[in-house]
Amino acid sequence: MKDFIIPDRDFGTPAAKSKTMVTLTIDGFDVTVPEGTSIMRAAAEIGITVPKLCATDSVEAFGSCRLCLVEIEGRNGTPASCTTPVAPGLQVHTQTGKLKQLRRGVMELYISDHPLDCLTCAANGDCELQDMAGAVGLRDVRYEAVETHFRAKDTSGQANPQWLAKDDSNPYFSYDPSKCIVCSRCVRACEEVQGTFALTIEGRGFDSRVKAGMTGDSFLSSDCVSCGACVQACPTATLVEKSVIDIGTPDRSIVTTCAYCGVGCQFKAEMRGDELVRMVPYKHGKANRGHSCVKGRFAYGYASHKDRILNPMIRDTINDPWKEVSWAEAMEFAASRMKAIQEKYGRQSVGVITSSRCTNEETYLVQKLTRAVFMNNNTDTCARVCHSPTGYGLGQTYGTSAGTQDFDSVEHCDVALVIGANPASGHPVFASRLKKRLRAGAKLIVVDPRRTEMVEGAHYKAAHHLALKPGTNVAIVTALAHVIVTEKLYNEEFIRTRCDWDEFQDYMEFASEPRHSPEAVELLTGVPAAEVRAAARLYATGGNAAIYYGLGVTEHSQGSTTVIGIANLAMLTGNIGRPGVGVNPLRGQNNVQGSCDMGSFPHELPGYRHVKNADARAIYENLWGVTIDPEPGLRIPNMLDAAVEGTFKGLYCQGEDILQSDPDTKHVSAGLAAMECVIVHDLFLNETANYAHVFFPGSSFLEKDGTFTNAERRINMVRKVMAPKQGYADWEVTQMFARAMGADWGYTHPAQIMEEIALTTPSFAGVSYERLETLGSVQWPCNEKAPEGTPMMHIDGFVRGRGKFIRTEYVATDEKTGPRFPLLLTTGRILSQYNVGAQTRRTENVVWHPEDVLEIHPHDAENRGIREGDWVRLASRAGETTLRAEVTDRVSPGVVYTTFHHPVTQANVITTDFSDWATNCPEYKVTAVQVAPSNGPSEWQEAYEAQASLSRRIAAAE
Amino acid sequence: MKIYVPRDAAAKALGADAVAAAIETEARRRALDVTVIRNGSRGMIWLEPLVEVETPAGRMAFGPLCVKDVAELFAAGWLEDHPKALGLTADLPWLRGQTRLTFARVGVIDPLNLADFRAHGGMAGLERAVAMTGAGIVEEVTKSGLRGRGGAGFPTGIKWKTVHDAPGAQKYIVANADEGDSGTFADRMLMEGDPFTLIEGMVIAGLAVGATKGFIYSRSEYPDANVVMTEAIRIARAEGMLGQSVLGSGRAFELELRVGAGAYVCGEETALLNSLEGKRGTVRAKPPLPALQGFMGQPTVVNNVISLATVPVILAKGAEHYAAFGLGRSRGTIPLQIAGNVKHGGLYEIAFGLTLHQIVNEIGGGTASGRPVKAVQVGGPLGAYLAPHQFETPFGYEEYSGQNALIGHAGLTVFDDSADMLKLARFAMEFCAIESCGKCTPCRIGAVRGMETLDRIGRGDAAAIPLLTDLCDTMKAGSLCALGGFTPYPVMSALTHFPDDFAAHAKEAAE
Repeated sequence: MKDFIIPDRDFGTPAAKSKTMVTLTIDGFDVTVPEGTSIMRAAAEIGITVPKLCATDSVEAFGSCRLCLVEIEGRNGTPASCTTPVAPGLQVHTQTGKLKQLRRGVMELYISDHPLDCLTCAANGDCELQDMAGAVGLRDVRYEAVETHFRAKDTSGQANPQWLAKDDSNPYFSYDPSKCIVCSRCVRACEEVQGTFALTIEGRGFDSRVKAGMTGDSFLSSDCVSCGACVQACPTATLVEKSVIDIGTPDRSIVTTCAYCGVGCQFKAEMRGDELVRMVPYKHGKANRGHSCVKGRFAYGYASHKDRILNPMIRDTINDPWKEVSWAEAMEFAASRMKAIQEKYGRQSVGVITSSRCTNEETYLVQKLTRAVFMNNNTDTCARVCHSPTGYGLGQTYGTSAGTQDFDSVEHCDVALVIGANPASGHPVFASRLKKRLRAGAKLIVVDPRRTEMVEGAHYKAAHHLALKPGTNVAIVTALAHVIVTEKLYNEEFIRTRCDWDEFQDYMEFASEPRHSPEAVELLTGVPAAEVRAAARLYATGGNAAIYYGLGVTEHSQGSTTVIGIANLAMLTGNIGRPGVGVNPLRGQNNVQGSCDMGSFPHELPGYRHVKNADARAIYENLWGVTIDPEPGLRIPNMLDAAVEGTFKGLYCQGEDILQSDPDTKHVSAGLAAMECVIVHDLFLNETANYAHVFFPGSSFLEKDGTFTNAERRINMVRKVMAPKQGYADWEVTQMFARAMGADWGYTHPAQIMEEIALTTPSFAGVSYERLETLGSVQWPCNEKAPEGTPMMHIDGFVRGRGKFIRTEYVATDEKTGPRFPLLLTTGRILSQYNVGAQTRRTENVVWHPEDVLEIHPHDAENRGIREGDWVRLASRAGETTLRAEVTDRVSPGVVYTTFHHPVTQANVITTDFSDWATNCPEYKVTAVQVAPSNGPSEWQEAYEAQASLSRRIAAAE
Repeated sequence: MKIYVPRDAAAKALGADAVAAAIETEARRRALDVTVIRNGSRGMIWLEPLVEVETPAGRMAFGPLCVKDVAELFAAGWLEDHPKALGLTADLPWLRGQTRLTFARVGVIDPLNLADFRAHGGMAGLERAVAMTGAGIVEEVTKSGLRGRGGAGFPTGIKWKTVHDAPGAQKYIVANADEGDSGTFADRMLMEGDPFTLIEGMVIAGLAVGATKGFIYSRSEYPDANVVMTEAIRIARAEGMLGQSVLGSGRAFELELRVGAGAYVCGEETALLNSLEGKRGTVRAKPPLPALQGFMGQPTVVNNVISLATVPVILAKGAEHYAAFGLGRSRGTIPLQIAGNVKHGGLYEIAFGLTLHQIVNEIGGGTASGRPVKAVQVGGPLGAYLAPHQFETPFGYEEYSGQNALIGHAGLTVFDDSADMLKLARFAMEFCAIESCGKCTPCRIGAVRGMETLDRIGRGDAAAIPLLTDLCDTMKAGSLCALGGFTPYPVMSALTHFPDDFAAHAKEAAE
């Protein structure tokens, strides 16, 4: 679909990157463009639009439609302007008598095979074919078209074999072959932008048709991942969003930021009135560059799902049904309970959990609530359970708690080392950008127990897949360092100038010890030593090498150690401080970076300043007029422990479902049950709300202004596209609650909150809504030294001064397999679902993943008499659940894998309370389990289901 | 006694295998020491199977033979007075009139006997080339004036220079042996009759541009040629003509035969490269030129079989020798392939410059039916129909362009006065519709609409003639490659030169 609302110019072909400039003349006007630019794009640069149908600037020129022909003085024929590059001194004519006649001739052919149902077509007014027919002045179609693709019956009334029925199998878009002009834009978008290669043209000549998958496949049954790139690329209504068919074309659009993963894609929310018609990836979004995935592009239906709670609710005990009340009553109820708890049990008896899905401004207010109103530091956030080791590890070694690069950096990388991450599922838009680079020749090393989609795919294959045993990351990372130091592959100049030489020597001595050699750890890790050596050599010597890692690194008892080991690898090889290199944590949630930045941790004020730091405290004390507790508060697991012990009684939990997402569900539920006031602030009655006394209905990301910070430290604007359905943006709700607790907050817009953040946080000093509006987004640090932000960090020196090498001693986890629990469970996610699934389960995405399944190796399945699709019981020391088995060799023998998207399964009943030594990040990725055939839900699942349905009752209005 | 029986597919189609078997049987029966050599075809298809017997005076020709002739010939002692005896092969007018440079050994030698190949002047070009620099070879080929024999007529030396000068880690030589034009068979005859010449040319090309790997892209419809080429490559590798050190020069060249799956369009060089890469055989836009970004994105020479097979003689005898033949900018010789309704069809290599009159009426002997010649289609199914008033045009690239025609791969198809040019025009559109890769609009939709429009004209709708003309303009200037771009040649030449065949239907309809 063309962009008709905010006319986002389509330049026809991608921008050339050459620094050499070329000047030519087009229709008498001089234009200077980089070498390699197409004539079409050069013309577009000076506002001359050459008619086109098969060209669009998201994919390479193809030259098939033959509308963009031009004449060049001194050259024969009529070359296509999309495929012809500029050359110095060319004299190009884009509109001549000959060209006009040719274009009309081509259009006449197109229209002779197109249904002329424009008035009732979903793309009416938004169709490039329509536009081009107008642009070339087509006035007549003289052909007596006998053979067509659009008539269901031929001229003699017989069924037309060329006519194909619509494919409506994808829940979000439809494919109508009768409207297709075979421009291949969809096929090329699927290949070049998304990298899935699900689409092709089948047949040849007049029989050429767009086809998803193989013979017999529909879009749904094909490899299509529903990223929407094809729909975006289609110039007609052949591939069109079903929402556009249902509603009509939008009439305005607002640029905002996706609220799913940490990539931080920008979208245009296209609206008609206050109805969202579609989300279209924003071409100028710096993280996504016009691309999207199935979640951000299509899975927004949860925001208007019937399950959404729109009225505040309270209840005396969690056994009572909920009672809908006014906002005032809810605030009064909640505030009086919290005040009473603090009076009775003390200042430290309450706390907050901030949300990584809410905005920076909202998160800032929630931590401010506990620090300035509750007067303690009991704040934590979901980063505790995902990337807290990143904060610690990178903070210790480099001095900042964030990734070093922007996503554009991947375009310059020669070797990508992906550890414990499956971006194809978790960070799909980044994965597409990485795959594009891999198809262009970059090498890939994957460290993952499972053969994920990243290991091998269309036209790429990892050079090395180190399929390690879960829990042995540190051993592998140290072995990689061992090879680098013993084979002298390190970058001595970088280390001497940028790092502490003594610390390096200490680390070298440590890593060189024979016990860290790949051969010595092979038995432990299960990875052949030769593979580890080859991978290390490739990483150290293959050119620009970048590390991308995820929760498979952090969610371990030695998560922080692995992060340190990763940081060491990059320093050893000098892969820091330029495009194409770096250490890049792939953050899970849309604003988990921001929630960490905003002081959500109990020991850190915004900007990662320790609460013990009196100067930092003073800034807030002066501004807020309170005294800040100089002692760190409680982390989530500590809160729950304290609750069970009876000293922690009240919790305000915004936008996080700790009961489902945190490890050892039974311990979480026991902690929550022991509290006297649990306030849940969420869109839905989530699992945690089963234990809540107060429910504040939340607002979706479409309903509020604010900012999200993505994995590349990029602060993106979130814009209100519709009024909050339940009346208030989340920051307003938090403010109401703070005021009910006695605070005198008076923010009238999130911009004022950002002003306060900028005023108090050095790394945000230059951030303002005004600047974000002007620049589109900025990457922190953004201050006087970097007024336009910092795309890349540690360019001339590390933030902490000199890079710090720290020893990485492998200590095996206490979670060990044994006769009772012989298998290792590791967990992850899949593309179509997001986190605990609260949002995605309430969209059509369930067609791809209706339930969590247990992946088990054929060998282990055979031993246990388990067949594909059987119900199996999955048990650990912590608990048990049942789910269906999928027998696959994606997992190694001895390893089983599942996702945690569905509360019915509750994978976290199984996970234990072991956690990272430094940050308490739970060890989700390693649990010793046993698997056995089963014939139904576990007792726990039945009890849980009963409790949940009891707890979700809402009393009928009187 | 040595007896030559062609293994050429055309000869085989006319019974050469049975004749060869009969000769062997008969020789055994008579306890005669007879060696049957399966040579290539001499190119006189109307005389196939053409059997030659070695005599002290030279090779004696007999043909066309059938099995029942064999015993008789043995009985008669293979003497000159047999009704099927044609005299000394070398004295046959068909051969005497030719200048065989590219095809010098075809029909003469055992195609898979490398010693025979050498004995007849083979390998001399390569032996000279291994002592030269790449640039020197390119210079020699440029000076010869050799142009692409596939049809486009692009100067081979200039193409080679582009590849030679292009930076690239790995360069390739691709021989386009996907000879799909109806009425053409030069590539096939060369591969079946003298495969080492193609190999020699490709190795020289590799040395010239710095390519170490070559592909012959042949077609599944050429099973005999593929068998011969496969065996020839094996022998060449075993004999050091291919491999890590070509003729001990220390310079490497490897060669692989790939067989296409039957798409005509894969004879178009960019579609060929896509097919070779394992992709759909669709045409690529140019630029980038294959010379700069060809196979796997690397600099690649894509040349027709005949272009490559002509290189050895250029190197062996020198560029001046080759350039001395021909006329204007069309230098050297061209293997004419004479087919269709013609008395003497076959392959005839001669310097550029003959007229169609000479080719069809003198060499070809007029039509097979004996009726007057109505038209000759030159350059395959996408070539123009030339009418008798154009028959004095000398055979050359520029000369034919001047007639809105093309020489293409030098295939000529002769039609007598019973041909319906409207039907032949429709056939051109139909051919394009069937063989279109489907990428560009003028070809994908235009060819189908072209058939429909010609049907309208055939039904007497003369008003559709301007629409046909417009469509041909669109296809000619708008198509991405020569398939859609050249289809207007046969259509418009038929319409222009034989307007009566188009108007007649209108008249009939009106009556």
